[in-house]
Amino acid sequence: MSRHRVLALLLSGLLVWLIVYPLLLVARESLLGPAGPTLDHFRSLLTEPREWGALWGSLWISLASVGLSAALGIPLAFLFERADFPGRRLLGALVALPVVLPPLVGVIAFLFLYGETGFAARLVQAVLGRDTPPWRLEGAWAILLVHAYSMYVYFYLFTRAGLARLDHAMLEAAASLGAGRWRTLTRVTLPLLGPSLRGAALLTFMTALASFSAPYIFGGGFRVMPTQIVLTRLNGDYGLAMAQTVVLSVLALAGLGLAREGGHVRAAGGGKGVAAPRRRIASVGLRRLATVGGWCFALLLLLPHLTLLLLSFVPAGSWTVEALPPAYTIANYRALLVEPERWRPFLNSVWMASLTTVVALGTALLAGTLVVRTRTRAARLLEPLLALPWLVPGTVFAIALATAFSVRAPWIGRFILVGTIWILPLAYLIRNLPLASRAVFAGLRGLDPALGEAAASLGAGRFRSFWRITMPLLRPALAAGATLAFVTALGDLVTSIILYTYDTRPLSLEILASLRQDDVGVAAAYGVFLMILSGLVFALGSERAMVTG
Amino acid sequence: MSYLVLQELTRRYGPEQGLFELSFALERGRTLSLLGPSGSGKTTTLRLLGGFERPDRGHILVAGEDVAPLGPAARRFGMVFQHYALFPHLDVGRNVGFGLESLGLGGAELERRVREALSLVDLAGFERRRIAELSGGQQQRVALARAVAPEPRVLLLDEPLSNLDPGLRERTRRELRALIQRIGITTVIVTHEQDDAFDLGDVVAVLRQGRLQQIGTPETLYRTPANPFVAGFLGRGSWIDGTVVRAPAGGWEVVVESARWPLADLPGRQPGPARLLFRPGALRLADPHPGGLAGVVVDRRFAGADCYYQVGTGGGGMLEVLGRAGAALAGQAVTLVPAAEPVDQDGVMHVFPDEPA
Ligand SMILES: Nc1ncnc2c1ncn2[C@@H]1O[C@H](COP(=O)(O)OP(=O)(O)OP(=O)(O)O)[C@@H](O)[C@H]1O
Ligand SMILES: [Mg+2]
Repeated sequence: MSRHRVLALLLSGLLVWLIVYPLLLVARESLLGPAGPTLDHFRSLLTEPREWGALWGSLWISLASVGLSAALGIPLAFLFERADFPGRRLLGALVALPVVLPPLVGVIAFLFLYGETGFAARLVQAVLGRDTPPWRLEGAWAILLVHAYSMYVYFYLFTRAGLARLDHAMLEAAASLGAGRWRTLTRVTLPLLGPSLRGAALLTFMTALASFSAPYIFGGGFRVMPTQIVLTRLNGDYGLAMAQTVVLSVLALAGLGLAREGGHVRAAGGGKGVAAPRRRIASVGLRRLATVGGWCFALLLLLPHLTLLLLSFVPAGSWTVEALPPAYTIANYRALLVEPERWRPFLNSVWMASLTTVVALGTALLAGTLVVRTRTRAARLLEPLLALPWLVPGTVFAIALATAFSVRAPWIGRFILVGTIWILPLAYLIRNLPLASRAVFAGLRGLDPALGEAAASLGAGRFRSFWRITMPLLRPALAAGATLAFVTALGDLVTSIILYTYDTRPLSLEILASLRQDDVGVAAAYGVFLMILSGLVFALGSERAMVTG
Repeated sequence: MSYLVLQELTRRYGPEQGLFELSFALERGRTLSLLGPSGSGKTTTLRLLGGFERPDRGHILVAGEDVAPLGPAARRFGMVFQHYALFPHLDVGRNVGFGLESLGLGGAELERRVREALSLVDLAGFERRRIAELSGGQQQRVALARAVAPEPRVLLLDEPLSNLDPGLRERTRRELRALIQRIGITTVIVTHEQDDAFDLGDVVAVLRQGRLQQIGTPETLYRTPANPFVAGFLGRGSWIDGTVVRAPAGGWEVVVESARWPLADLPGRQPGPARLLFRPGALRLADPHPGGLAGVVVDRRFAGADCYYQVGTGGGGMLEVLGRAGAALAGQAVTLVPAAEPVDQDGVMHVFPDEPA
């Protein structure tokens, strides 16, 4: 057996053990009752209206999130990619701002911006002179609002990228064949954007389906599967939680299947094309409108960030009925910097996110090299294995790990990791694997194999060829993968809330805890830290990606 | 009246980039080749014609109607794009039918016209094929069928042969010419290959830095190039300095270093220093003898039965001369003499008076 084959087998085995095995254990336990095999859990899932409600809620919220995000993101992408008006560049970058808000932080910002005691509500209340809040931010609409805010970015970015790749000659060909704008749009542009749009829809659907923070904070009586699972487990009904987990993963896989069904990805027109030039908006009035509208929109997008920033300077308990906080202080930040207990979560999140990002990238590189270089069956298994954690909502994975590694039975590959400091990094790692490997695989596939051969013919050994040729060329892909992985792990709530221990409590849980103790200022300060760190990593990552990209 | 007329068509991108005051007239059913080096404004011209680019000024008349204000969709010009721009998500039949649908055709009539267009390019029965399943040459023909199916007023082709390998290129060029003649459509073709331009165009227009250098039949251009650029751009040749003088016996002669050769008695000929362009066949190698142009064979390049000889002249010039493969060896001293007299007959040699600097 060649060395590659052994490596591929070992790695596949490891991934099966850490990813597939826990999921199978969940499936098994969902079918186990106190007295042996049973279908009771699924039966109660199917008969209880509350359970039904959560399932239906998850489904329609996810579909509605896709619709809303598409309605917002696609036109914006067309505006910024096709039209030219003053401020387009800056605004185009600002429009992607929601990505620097980790889910929980975004939700909290929304809470204090649009919630019943938020700035917007207080403002309306003051203007109308009422003494009750004008609305409550709760239930499905609140969740949808947050989803649309954070997920339209997927449609925006995917559509822009698709438009930039679209060969301009296609559109000119349609025009020269007598097609008007509408026909060109519906018969040529949109079909050619198909793969991009399907990709965005799938990503939005999966993210919305797995979304935990928004329903957790805003759900109220409205239930979706991820929150329902955590609740059921909290109530001690493990069997039912397992059944719910199985159903949620089936839902996710169904979504994936549907998106795949929609047709195979086609190369958009040879790839030799040139993107369409931007058309300067001809009418002065419309141009002004685009600029002013763009700035208003950007401001709207920035309001949550600003809310967080403002709140982080508000002393605890000082803000009661006024429209704007009456007093400001830097005490919250000082508290974060001075009190070691408050430092800990920050350090925890950073070390766990960094470590798991590095390990995920390393694994992805190893797997990628094995897949691209060798054709063994074990190697072919690696790619789907690495993608699997992305297809399964975070809650599901957390439950699966909690199930698999809370029992000591070494002979069947089960150890006690729950309650140790290793369970959370393991969970982050597994969730980072798809993000890292997707970027690394794409990068490796984009490399011309002739380059490696050229290096070899110039006398470079495998090691030198890797460091001098492969790594520098992979840098954009590595930067992209690392950025996504790091930022996701840094702001994670979904898995942490199920698996954390006191010693590894991450930022998100500390934020929740501060919020519960009405330490809004401290929670906001944490949020600002998270936001700035994520923003910096994104900026750094995209710059790295740009240098060689 | 000419069918397609351009009047001072101008599109500036920079002081020497773009297109400047291009005017020409093309008869109905004729083909014009736009020829020029990279960056000379060929694509710009074609895009202006297609309506993808707005001219800064000037007119484009088709049968007397100014189409410059019309967008590409309203212009009824057919275009074959350089990389074909076939719609990858539509099959061959739908690609070809796309422009017919714009005309409001449908049903059996549409199918009939698609079938006709495809058989015109020898692709009958290819309707349901996917674009990705076609070879480069077939894609090119589908693009052509798609462009001509709606019976456009003018057909535009952007480097139609540049994506094909040499063997296929030759054949496709013949087929393309036959097709254009069969349809009898007024056509403008962009190319940077002289062979393509001469072979396909009834008329050839040479562009340089956005300005028209000369327009005429291939023969006119080859025989009487308007300026050194056109002469040098069309076909091989080497430049050398000389002087035009009156022959003692009347008529004209050209003095090149030690040689003195008779010139044809063309109207407007001026005595004085001149730049001379010799095609490889204008001179031939002879054994050294006094009177001719003395030189040494510096290098020879084999080209079948003949060889191209690089001959360094005594005065420091370098001329390329065509000769039999065994005519001389490198390093051998030779004398160059005219292949026929006068030396500039049949456009094998051109004289351009030195512009006063
Ligand atoms: N959209 C544009 N903006 C600015 N300059 C342009 C633009 N399009 C063309 N140019 C410039 O105008 C000049 C003519 O370009 P054009 O594309 O017409 O050349 P061409 O003859 O087709 O050359 P090639 O054989 O390389 O295709 C070039 O110098 C080019 O850089
Ligand atoms: Mg060109």
